[in-house]
Amino acid sequence: MCPAEPWGRVAAGPRLDVVCGIAGVFSKSSTIGDALGRHLGAMLLQLGDRGPDSAGVAIYRDPAPAGSSKVSLHSPEPDHDWGGVRAALDEAFGAGEPEVRASHAVIVVDTEAPTVVGWLRERYPELRVMSAGQAIELYKEAGHPAEFVERFGLAELAGSHALGHTRMATESRVTTNGSHPFSTGLDLCLVHNGSLSNHNRLRERLRDAGIEFQTENDTEVAAGYLTHRLREGATLEQALEGCLEDLDGFYTFAVGTVDGFAVLRDPIACKPAVMAETDDWVAMASEYRAIATLPGADGARMWEPEPGRVYSWERERV
Amino acid sequence: MSTLESAAATTVDLAVTPLRELNAALHVAAEPGRWRVLNPRGAHAVAVGVDAPLEVEIDGHVGYYCAGMNKRATVRVHGNCGVGLAENIMSGAVIVEGNASQSVAASGRGGLVVVDGDTSARCGISMKGVDIVVRGSVGHMSAFMAQRGRLVVCGDAGEALGDSIYEARLYVRGEARGLGADCVEKELGEEHLAELGALLERAGASDCDPSEFRRFGSARRLYNFDVDNAGSY
Repeated sequence: MCPAEPWGRVAAGPRLDVVCGIAGVFSKSSTIGDALGRHLGAMLLQLGDRGPDSAGVAIYRDPAPAGSSKVSLHSPEPDHDWGGVRAALDEAFGAGEPEVRASHAVIVVDTEAPTVVGWLRERYPELRVMSAGQAIELYKEAGHPAEFVERFGLAELAGSHALGHTRMATESRVTTNGSHPFSTGLDLCLVHNGSLSNHNRLRERLRDAGIEFQTENDTEVAAGYLTHRLREGATLEQALEGCLEDLDGFYTFAVGTVDGFAVLRDPIACKPAVMAETDDWVAMASEYRAIATLPGADGARMWEPEPGRVYSWERERV
Repeated sequence: MSTLESAAATTVDLAVTPLRELNAALHVAAEPGRWRVLNPRGAHAVAVGVDAPLEVEIDGHVGYYCAGMNKRATVRVHGNCGVGLAENIMSGAVIVEGNASQSVAASGRGGLVVVDGDTSARCGISMKGVDIVVRGSVGHMSAFMAQRGRLVVCGDAGEALGDSIYEARLYVRGEARGLGADCVEKELGEEHLAELGALLERAGASDCDPSEFRRFGSARRLYNFDVDNAGSY
């Protein structure tokens, strides 16, 4: 949970309105995509004041070939035997070399994502599947965003679009699992600034509908809600419009899919958000200073997303 | 401090000078003078707490609370502003050539705030004497709990305009998407046309015809209005 702006403190005196930062960037040309991780890292550093407790990113890159899938795994053990996991996956399905980043590893497996996720949960219950799909890779960890950007070698990563989050936890523990982004469906992820108040009841409803949850976090419920609506056949835009009806609370969401990127603010718009677009990129962030780090930001078209309105971009499918 | 002194203006480049140095220098500047701020890059609290007849120009977009608590200075932003522009302004003027985010001039007690573009929600929240002129439109809940001063909107106003308003005069040229609790439309008399015309002129918006505006204010059913105090609003 990442609660609403602390109004009491706002009235009291010198302050910045801290409490979580989110950022997203969608490249429209290789200018930004080739250095996507570096740009997202710079944005997260600017949002470090808003969320010094933990950080996370979802980056969409190097899609796995058709029939294969990509999984992001987290181990609580510092020196996990990723070679062993890879060997077992290779024997079962065929698998590529693991790409290890700090406590996480990304492995491309020669089978469909649901199969490999089920297999991993059974064989390696100590590992947490952070994300699965064709293109998504998800990394998150407790600690200051500056430390995170360094540890995970974010600057090395190229990609098509990415989301990031810096968390200030006030009500639930600072853990890897409580960090954002949350992914509950293939290639889908969500970052959230705000708090939801009807997440317990909604979680039960979604569990009955077959959505799995790994934590008690409110944001995971929002991600699960989107997964459920998309599975039912809704478009991303329709699923987000459904949030306006079915979610109660404060939120600015940034959502990633395999080829899309979307932003939604709740109808009250308590949580900040700013967006900007150039010929090369579209970006959103909790504060403009994060966007100011992107090349060409000075001349970008800039606006504040209206409350209750879905903004989305989709890459043309090749 | 890396400033380029000239007869015309003192230039401070925030790409090389820490923000605190800029604000500290503005706080001790006693003589009238011109200041130019470069590369704000979304920084928060640029030119807050100025209490001198300075002219401060900011080249670029700023973050939260720009020109907060302003007294006597004229601050002009060539760009957009984040949350809380000119919060608690006491006097002087703050002019923004782009858009501004939420809570423009919140709790402002005096002075003039002009936004050439749009503002988002809660423009003039709890205003206590400030005058605000927005050339574009304002978001929802603008003039929430407004107590004194004038809010002029040349475009449209979002939902729940003037919710729980005490006093303050609201002028809207376009459409008000909805009025908040205890906010009602009022007649636009000669006195109002005159004050609106003067405000538009001060804001450099004299191309707007005062007679095209509608006036809104308090129905005085929600709080204990006392006619003996009417003169103090």
